[in-house]
Amino acid sequence: MSEEVELPQEYLTFLLGGEEYAIDILKVQEIRSYGSVTPIAQAPNFIKGVINLRGSVIPVIDLRIRFGLGTVEYTEFTVMIVLSLGARMVGIVVDGVSDVAQVRPSEVRPAPEFSRAVDVRYIDGLAMQEARMLILVDIERLMLSADMALVDETLGESCANQ
Amino acid sequence: MSFDMSQFYSVFFAEAGEHLDSMETILLDLDLANPDTEQLNAIFRAAHSIKGSAATFGFHDMADLTHVLENLLDRIRKGEMRLRTEIVDTILDARDVLTGQLAGHRDAAPVNVAAAQLITQRLEQWIAAGNAPSVPAMDAVGLSVSFILDGLESSWTKVIEAVCTELASLGTVSIAAAPVLPDQPWVLHLQGAPDEAAVRDVLEFVARDGTVEIAAQSALTLSPSANDDAYGLFEPLDVLADDDAYGFFAPLPEPPLSDETYGFFEPLPVSADVPPDNRPAVRQTNTVAHAEDTIRVGVGKVDTMINQVGELIITQAMLIEAARDLDPVAYERLHTGLQQLERNSRALQESVLSVRMLPIANVFNRFPRVVRDLAAKLGKQVALRISGEATELDRGLIERIVDPLTHLIRNSIDHGIEMPLARAAAGKPAEGTITLKALQQGGTIVIIVGDDGAGLDRARIVAKASERGMAVTESMTDAEVWNLIFEPGFSTADAVTDVSGRGVGMDVVKRNITAMGGRVDIESLAGVGTRMTVRLPLTLAILDGMSVGVGSHTYILPLAYITESLQPATHMVKQMGGVASLLQVRDSYVPIVMLHALFGIDAAVTVPEQGIMVLIEADGQQAALFVDALVGQQQVVIKSIEAHYRRVPGIAGATIMGDGQVAFILDAVALVQRAHAGLPAAA
Repeated sequence: MSEEVELPQEYLTFLLGGEEYAIDILKVQEIRSYGSVTPIAQAPNFIKGVINLRGSVIPVIDLRIRFGLGTVEYTEFTVMIVLSLGARMVGIVVDGVSDVAQVRPSEVRPAPEFSRAVDVRYIDGLAMQEARMLILVDIERLMLSADMALVDETLGESCANQ
Repeated sequence: MSFDMSQFYSVFFAEAGEHLDSMETILLDLDLANPDTEQLNAIFRAAHSIKGSAATFGFHDMADLTHVLENLLDRIRKGEMRLRTEIVDTILDARDVLTGQLAGHRDAAPVNVAAAQLITQRLEQWIAAGNAPSVPAMDAVGLSVSFILDGLESSWTKVIEAVCTELASLGTVSIAAAPVLPDQPWVLHLQGAPDEAAVRDVLEFVARDGTVEIAAQSALTLSPSANDDAYGLFEPLDVLADDDAYGFFAPLPEPPLSDETYGFFEPLPVSADVPPDNRPAVRQTNTVAHAEDTIRVGVGKVDTMINQVGELIITQAMLIEAARDLDPVAYERLHTGLQQLERNSRALQESVLSVRMLPIANVFNRFPRVVRDLAAKLGKQVALRISGEATELDRGLIERIVDPLTHLIRNSIDHGIEMPLARAAAGKPAEGTITLKALQQGGTIVIIVGDDGAGLDRARIVAKASERGMAVTESMTDAEVWNLIFEPGFSTADAVTDVSGRGVGMDVVKRNITAMGGRVDIESLAGVGTRMTVRLPLTLAILDGMSVGVGSHTYILPLAYITESLQPATHMVKQMGGVASLLQVRDSYVPIVMLHALFGIDAAVTVPEQGIMVLIEADGQQAALFVDALVGQQQVVIKSIEAHYRRVPGIAGATIMGDGQVAFILDAVALVQRAHAGLPAAA
């Protein structure tokens, strides 16, 4: 056991195609039900459109479509996680939000290089907690990357490189 | 914990800026032969206010300069000096230096110290040059102390500061001369009745042996300029020296005519009872130009209010929607209340939006100076006529229109107005006229910059354009030729001047205006003059729109671009390659944009006869937008989609509808361009 006191970090975990992903809870603005989405013409199919979040117009991405996972259906139980990434906000649709997990740095293992829905570039590591394995995602880098088509290209590159 | 003044800096910057602007306005308006006492007082008060607050906030360079300026102004307003153009020029230059200093403090940028020293000297020369019966006489006899400092030159500043602090206990000290070379003496002036021995004691350890010379001095030789010279050199002494000097030179800081000022702005009997000394400080900001009571609020706060009111209106619309099905009789009070709420919230929205609006006088006020300076530089005689300066414009636009307008005006003076002799030869008055006019036309602000100069030279523009390798033909219309001057790198000036002859600018002007959602048009008649018309949207925050339905989607089309809408008959739609692509409107053909096809929307009306054609016009070109139906006309609050997403082709922005849904605002200009670009390829 380490003598230093390890401060656990809080992560929000969600399900995506049978795997459990975890994102820094400080990047989460709120969780709300899916609805009132205005589609954007000629946008990629995983960009569902924009919503009105208290006067701001923010885009919504369905990660299930983006990564080809899970069952893509919209019911009254479909939720989206609204992320706050610097000045930007974006909503993501996932299979389901599970809970808030406490992860100690000592529990984090480097992610092995094998094929998974989310590219290993955006994965900070794997956290082993008893029976379950959490995949820690650097959600900010992932969302602002060119893959997500969320930002204008030049801007997207500079943000992704930060 | 020390009191942090910096939180008040922004107020000082804004206020001082206003004072400087009003000084300039009044100076330019002055009748030199017979100056209005009230105007002179107003200029003096502006300088006085700047001096006071600059000293309070520790901006001593500004306080020092305004102090000298104030002395000069004081002499002028008391009639001790006659005004001359050269004096006004000097004061204007001083005002410019102050503006530079202000900008330096605000942006934490370096300030041109030499300019301040130079202008201080010039001001002092005027003060000295004035026939000086009123050079203040003072009873106290002073000492003139001269000595050469020991030690390294680099340490002198500190030593002198220490010496001055010591001597200050003996009398008022000022530095009359500082050495340029190491072996030259410092000369200090001591006012009051200092004891010579005490002075020697102070200097004993710092001055080189045997160099201390002390001479008695009469008050008259203690020239004010010597006193003021010290300011630029040694800031730590400012407050002390400043205060003394103030009482010394301006024994009557309150203008004796201030009661008249009062009566001028507030013709109430009460004003006569207010003694001038009790004038509230805020009165001093009231010059002839600003008679309104105002408060200063950060733009962020106003924008937050606008957003919140937008939210309120959406909530209100949702309530009305929810109450629609309720029985009007049983719920009469609820329905009445909701109607009241709707009216009140609309009124509130209008009021809040109007807070962002500023009179365009904020921009126009700077142009008399621009015209005066440039005309003098070019040896031309130019009068500026301004009208419609009360027209209001969104503050975001106010800031951004300054540069383009300045450029248009400089261009008119430089290229438009002829030299006086040429004008006389053409049978025109020697003095040219620039007209600057603003007016509101519906949701558009029109700003006209006109001149009665030579007009644009069609042949020369065409020649220059072909020389530059631009595509030109003799059959081009005048309007097309005039638009060539907005092309990058175009210039018709024979000589490159530092004014506007480099050919950079007009293209930038056009680009900036277009970026604001506006446009600029030129009209010109040889020998009669040129008129540039700038059209801008009233505000960046709201838009008059027509909502159109396409399939299940609703889009907002800015009303300003719509010329007409019609239900097409079969024979009006011309097919090209099996696609409806041209609409016959009377005797012309207009390219069609099928919105559902462009945006890939299913379940929309596809047969032209079953939908609506909306004719839009932008940049002088037309297009017909094919939509399912017109839904209604409404004002919408513009929201950026780029804040959280990215640009979308054909979309200018978004708004939030009454039901809380987001609707996109169509980019009419892009759609028209697309329609025309797509024409040959569509076949």
